[in-house]
Amino acid sequence: MTHTEDPPRQPSLPIVENLSRRAAVKGGFATLGAAAFVAAISPLRHAAKNSSAAEFMQQHYKELSPEGKAAVIARLESEAKENYGAEVTIADDRPIPGTKFVYAINLSVCNGNGKCVEACHKENNHDRSTNQSYIRVIEMPKGTMDMEQGTTTYTGAVPKDDKFYLPVQCQQCDEPPCVDVCPVKATWKEEDGIVVVDYNWCIGCRYCEAACPYHARRFNWKQPEVPAEQVNPDQSYLSNRIRPAGVVEKCTYCLHRTRRGKLPACLEACPTGARVFGNILDPQSSIRWILENKRVYILKEELGTKPAFFYYFD
Amino acid sequence: MHDSVYILGRKWNLVLDRKLKHRFANLLFASVVGVIATIVVSAAWRSPRKFGESPPLAVAQSPQNRPGQSSKNRPGRAPFLVTVNQPLGPPMIELVGTDPQGRSGSVACSTCHSVRPADLSNRTPETLDEFHRGLTVDHGKIACYACHHLENADALRLADGTTVEYENVMTLCSQCHGPQATAFAHGAHGGMNGHWDLSRGPQHKNNCIDCHDPHSPSYPKMIVGFKPRDRFLDSAHAPSNETRDSTPSETTDDAH
Ligand code: SF4
Ligand code: SF4
Repeated sequence: MTHTEDPPRQPSLPIVENLSRRAAVKGGFATLGAAAFVAAISPLRHAAKNSSAAEFMQQHYKELSPEGKAAVIARLESEAKENYGAEVTIADDRPIPGTKFVYAINLSVCNGNGKCVEACHKENNHDRSTNQSYIRVIEMPKGTMDMEQGTTTYTGAVPKDDKFYLPVQCQQCDEPPCVDVCPVKATWKEEDGIVVVDYNWCIGCRYCEAACPYHARRFNWKQPEVPAEQVNPDQSYLSNRIRPAGVVEKCTYCLHRTRRGKLPACLEACPTGARVFGNILDPQSSIRWILENKRVYILKEELGTKPAFFYYFD
Repeated sequence: MHDSVYILGRKWNLVLDRKLKHRFANLLFASVVGVIATIVVSAAWRSPRKFGESPPLAVAQSPQNRPGQSSKNRPGRAPFLVTVNQPLGPPMIELVGTDPQGRSGSVACSTCHSVRPADLSNRTPETLDEFHRGLTVDHGKIACYACHHLENADALRLADGTTVEYENVMTLCSQCHGPQATAFAHGAHGGMNGHWDLSRGPQHKNNCIDCHDPHSPSYPKMIVGFKPRDRFLDSAHAPSNETRDSTPSETTDDAH
């Protein structure tokens, strides 16, 4: 069951007498308006059907007391059991003091094979039917860093001679436009640089999705389908727990792993070793060495979003 | 930081009497002593570790690689090591066929190469009369014996003649591929898994020949597998969600 409404078809201008034309246009708009309204509240209706009173009354993540959080997490764990038949543990991983996470990708090495895309899909309990993932790998013509000129639907043997490959996921911007536009403050930037979403507070207005210049946010059109045996049980509240329908989700640099000191899933899956991840505040870190020794690029620098995500060639 | 301390200090001065001030000075003195003690202890703790034995290819990421900066390293930071995959010892040749007992066997390089004279001019399989003729060699113009040892067929040799065991093949590669070796040492070349934070767990890295066949080292092409069914990008030329699976594409997917 999807909530994809067909985009309302543009009514061709009726060529009729003035008076009836006006009526026709009015009627048309009224119909359109009603249809749009129904479509707009449909995720809401869906949500209302499935949610307990407790969920509806839940406070914003930042306002929850430790006991409140524990209760919410217990509820979410039992919901995962009920709806997915999976035993999961949902942790509340907080930033490690003194860390600021930064990612870098060596574009000379990346060959566009897409293993990272798949790893993200599995790690983050994405909907199986749509192959959802937080990462897109863009096949780019050589000679430009303008991601809008690339395509994501390439297939076959890679790398192709006249192309390079640009993996794009949330850039964990230091000036995140997605955070600024959220009308209910359901998304914010944490101390280690990760931009998170409280999936239970998000109202699904998708402003943030529109505001993100990197197409990094995803809207859950429906309740994700994940077979019980494929559910990743190692979850975190702000990260890879199974998200409800009708909310926006995004890459969290795998905070359920990285805040426990581990490398992100996409990095471990990368067979070419193109990905480098680390704490930029540590002068000895790999990421620091790259920033100090390689010529690095950021995407859409002119927008002033200040990504914590760098690309380099060597 | 300094402002707040200053402000704090000013406020305190207004309310503090002499006795309290005295106590504050004592506290300050105690903390200075504490800091000095910490520095001494940590220095003492670090020094044996610096010269400690580590397994041949296991490198604790930072200090060993950059000796000049080891003092910057905070004590207690890296109890876990970065380990690098090691290839198994000298390669063995699998024999075709079995012995009278039905066992298949494998032989070491030295089985043949200890009785055959080395031909220094061999660079490609084309000049070989027998054996190794199916090998693909596409590694510059170097001769077999640029890397393989002349006298000891079960080992490798550096350009200066030093013997290197097969397990330490990275030492050999690094002679020519310096920039890659440098990048590797700084975590910027080569796949890895485990932990970015060595105070919480170890990290494990590939070695050169995990990804690069020494005889034909360029990274092979791969087939794109998994693809998200992206609703928004390329909607003009992407097949729709429903038809995607049944549409025969011009190339094959290796997934599933
Ligand atoms: S990349 Fe997009 S979603 Fe991520 S922080 Fe920046 S604006 Fe927000
Ligand atoms: S979709 Fe959710 S997170 Fe995004 S702007 Fe709307 S409420 Fe905020």
